[in-house]
Amino acid sequence: MATQVFALIAHTAGKADDSTLELLSAATSMFPDSAPIGLVMGSGADVATVAQEAAASFGEVWSFDQPALAYPNAELLRPLLVKVLPAGAVLVLPHSTLGMDLGPGISVKLGAAYLPDVVGFDGLEGGLLKVVRQEYAGQVSTHVQADVAKGAVITIRSGSFAAAAASGAGKVVDKSAEAAGLTSRRRFVEVIAAKAGDIDITREDVLVSIGRGIGEQENIALVEELTEAMGAALCCSRPIVDAKWLDKSRQVGTSGMTVKPKVYLALGISGAFQHLGGLKGNPFLVAVNKNPKAPIFQVANVGVVADLLELLPELTEQIQKAK
Amino acid sequence: MEILVCVKRVPDTAENEISVGAGGSDISRDDLVYAVNEWDNYAVEEAIQIAEREGGNVTVVALGEPEIEEVVRREMAMGAGSGLMVVDPAMDGSDGLGVATVLQAVAQKAKYDLIMTGAQAEDGAAQVGGMLAALLDWPYASLVNKIEVKEGSLRIGREIEGGAQEVSDIDTPCVLSIQTGINEPRYVGLRGIRKVASVEIPVLDAAALALKPGTTGPAAAKVKRVDYFVPAAGAGAEMLTGSTEELAAQLVDLLRQNGGLN
Repeated sequence: MATQVFALIAHTAGKADDSTLELLSAATSMFPDSAPIGLVMGSGADVATVAQEAAASFGEVWSFDQPALAYPNAELLRPLLVKVLPAGAVLVLPHSTLGMDLGPGISVKLGAAYLPDVVGFDGLEGGLLKVVRQEYAGQVSTHVQADVAKGAVITIRSGSFAAAAASGAGKVVDKSAEAAGLTSRRRFVEVIAAKAGDIDITREDVLVSIGRGIGEQENIALVEELTEAMGAALCCSRPIVDAKWLDKSRQVGTSGMTVKPKVYLALGISGAFQHLGGLKGNPFLVAVNKNPKAPIFQVANVGVVADLLELLPELTEQIQKAK
Repeated sequence: MEILVCVKRVPDTAENEISVGAGGSDISRDDLVYAVNEWDNYAVEEAIQIAEREGGNVTVVALGEPEIEEVVRREMAMGAGSGLMVVDPAMDGSDGLGVATVLQAVAQKAKYDLIMTGAQAEDGAAQVGGMLAALLDWPYASLVNKIEVKEGSLRIGREIEGGAQEVSDIDTPCVLSIQTGINEPRYVGLRGIRKVASVEIPVLDAAALALKPGTTGPAAAKVKRVDYFVPAAGAGAEMLTGSTEELAAQLVDLLRQNGGLN
């Protein structure tokens, strides 16, 4: 019997998440004989809208519409999925903050193997699935093999699988009754939007971005001089915000801002996917890092292996002279 | 409030470049500097702050080779009242579920109101906290960046996409995985480490935890790492070379040509 594969369709404001078609593509790459079923959970008219949208690409979509699912957090979805998924099912999730919240626990409850943050697929043989993951912020990759005979929960990193094309009209099956009476020991209160900063880095054309490689807080002054000389705006990767050296509103990445500059100068940034996930619009990307193997050099247009403390003053001076 | 914090000893990526070792079965471990996993350090700091505010005790537990003692002692020097080590060669090669199974047994040896882990580890999969919660059948929240203690529950914030914060109330006992940036972990000096140098840290093995055979270790692992590798490089960046002056001059030209100088 072919493996039964299910994909969780995340959605906001009546629109399916960008991950939806990537999940379908990942599911059919790994399990070519399967006909993946999409799962849409929520409350109100949005559920039907999203389910219809998903049915343009999935052959079958199960919809769950209940008031309790108005904010479908992982603590609500987990018991529901345990109830409705058949034994041995494979569940594919986006490796998002929802997928990370839901995935490990549901794998335990289903007795299924857990394969998180998958970036590639390398074969399925005799119930053994082989996938590609990354460790140490992308410095090395690994092949990971799992026994999926009793099912699997797989979370897919955004951008790792090309989005599937729409395949025609699938059917929507209303399973709302199965989601009746859900309660949770974690109750949603509110979402607090990110605070706006003094400058809006999402609107800047030229960004100078700093990461852990800047070393000490006092070195930021060197970058500020360069930024001023270039007429650019200053932003950063996560460790700089964690250290409280710059405001959260300056952070580029999946857990920060999404920026679309024309030019991006990355200083001491290794290039973890969480950072690059916030960099859109294919800018001219210049990376300076003292580690020649930093993953950022794989995606940059131009790379320089250098000590920032030596290069930055020289660069600032030459830009000032050139003006 | 009785709090258990699970910590991991990992190669310090701020100090090391990680590369694939000979044969590809592991990373190259020569000359690696190890430290407490960064996310776990934030979890310990948060636990200590809660205990200082609300009363109670913080226990730090680590699993692995005997060298984990340095990490457990360091976190105790921050202010965790107790430490625990789980050392058993039979557990080497456990997958995430195997580790969570060991921690479940640790958690059940005492009465904890709250268990914390780091949201992820440098060499990990952001999985152990969620699996532990499922095994204990406790509620769980990941990527937590705020905790406020209430009566019988916690008001927590989760870091979600776009820098937003998802606020919820979660019943205790519960498991939380902690995101970096939730606090500013205190500095640990040599004096602090010396103060806890002679504190006894119990060392447990599978027998002491009454773990059923076949629940941890490589034989129980559903998920196995086959090898490490470096993916075939794409075109990659055009790498500039030269003296500092020459590098700067090339960068000025390239930035100007691409609209990077306003």
